[in-house]
Parts: sequence; structure tokens; C-alpha cells
Amino acid sequence: MDFIQIYTGLFLLVLGLVAGTVVERRHYHRIRKREMGFITLPAVSSRTIVDEHEVLRSQLALGSAVISVDYFKRFAASLKQLFGGEIHSYSTLLDRARREALLRMKENFADADLFINVRFETSTISSGNNSRIGSVEVLAFATAIWYRADSSHAIPTPLDR
Amino acid sequence: MTSMILTNTETVPGLKVVAHFGLVQGSTIRAKSIGRDFMAGMKNLVGGELRGYTELLQESRDQALKRMTEQAEALGANAVINLRFSTSSIAAGSAEILCYGTAVLVEEPGSQHDYDSPSDGYGTPGAQQDYGV
Repeated sequence: MDFIQIYTGLFLLVLGLVAGTVVERRHYHRIRKREMGFITLPAVSSRTIVDEHEVLRSQLALGSAVISVDYFKRFAASLKQLFGGEIHSYSTLLDRARREALLRMKENFADADLFINVRFETSTISSGNNSRIGSVEVLAFATAIWYRADSSHAIPTPLDR
Repeated sequence: MTSMILTNTETVPGLKVVAHFGLVQGSTIRAKSIGRDFMAGMKNLVGGELRGYTELLQESRDQALKRMTEQAEALGANAVINLRFSTSSIAAGSAEILCYGTAVLVEEPGSQHDYDSPSDGYGTPGAQQDYGV
């Protein structure tokens, strides 16, 4: 009986390690590709518009993602918690979730000219009775701005120069 | 419903705030279903996105926003500024989603309706005294 439990645990660890690494690598690949597509659509955390465009309209933009960590990384993190130090498996989890949420926000309003006041809200989703971090939800929200088409007296951005 | 302008900045860019109606909020408490939880449990082994939860939270956030917007509309506002979100888990398996902001009346800067003109056709100039803002 004990052997079965040990083998099941080992199987889950290997499954988590292999599948989790593949899933993460593919996700990062997708994130990078989409980020390149939005490189000319700025999202800033300042609360006002810095250049002298006339604003046509503005609207709230939301994007969210729930990402979970695999079994192996959760096991590695619980070992790491004995010794302290940075837990790398969780930092990539949060990094992926944030970038994904921001990308979704941009994709929802791909025709906007600028996003101001970008904020992130992170919350953990408790996975049942054990209190270890299973998955995180990240919400990215901002105010999307559309410029009036005829207001062209803008300060050139570094990309224009 | 005329489209309510929502922003998370202190102003609506390009428009002028002419009246404040105070805080409005909307919230919802949702539980996850067994089916979604089972799928999420499977997905938890290999990592990656939990689409069921993403959708669930999106739906509840939309509902919270809708409740807030209805409250703002009832006050005669046409925009909610300085919007904030907050999520808190009440018990295992359920979460509260809250959104809140300041309901305001905005208009074009060149418009003849002025902040302290008592006779504009919409909104209630008295309201800003009522709510003490």
C-alpha cells in the first residue's frame, strides 16, 4: 500500500515536471509573440496623458487570467520554504499571469491609442483545504484612451525618431 | 441605458466633471461549481491557465460592475471615476468581488451647462449638496 502511494507521488512529480515545463515554455513563447504585436500600443501607469493629444473618448479596460502552478513546482516551493530564499517557481507563475492579463486587456481594446493608469490586482484562489498557493488570479485594469484623429501635434515617441 | 463612462483615473480625459454624487459600489459573492473545481484540480497538476476560473471571475466582475452602474444611473450620473476592484475570499471555494468608484456627471468643456447654473435640464444640481461632496 505504501509503495503505491510513493509511486503515485513520484508519477505526479514527473508528470508535473515534464508537462509543467512544456506548458510554461509554450505560454512564454505565446506571450512574447503577442507582446511584439502590441509594441506600438503603450500602456503607462501615470494617471494623466503626457503628450498634447485631444481625447475623443475614454473607457475602462479589463483583462484577467487565472494561472496555476504545476505539481512539481508546488512540491519544490514547499521544500524551499524550509530554507527560505527566493521561490523561482512562483515568480514565473506571477510573471506569466501579469503579462497575460495585460495582454488580454490590450487585446480587448486593440484599437485604442493609449492606456493610462494601469493597475494590477492579484489574488490567490484557495485550492480546497490545503492553504498552499495553487493558483493566482491577476486582473489588469486601465483607462483606454482614443485620440481625436485631427489632433496631430504630438510629442514624438522614441519609436518615431 | 446610455453608455456609462467608466475610468480608473480621477477625471474623465477630455471631459469636465460638473457634479459629484458620491460613492457607488457593486459586489457579488460567487461559489465555484463541482465540475469546474474537478477540472481545475486536474489542471493544477500540470499547471497552466484555469479557464473555468478565469471565466467565472470575469462573469462575477461584470455583474459587480453592472450593479455599480445601475446605482450610478439611479443617482443621475453619466460616469463613474476612480474605479477600484477588490477580491476577497470569504470561505474556501467562494470569493467576493467588489468594485467601487465615484459617480459623477461629466460634459464637454465647451458646453453651456455650467457647474453652478441651477437650470440645466438633466441631473439635479441640488444633489451635490445632498451628498455633501
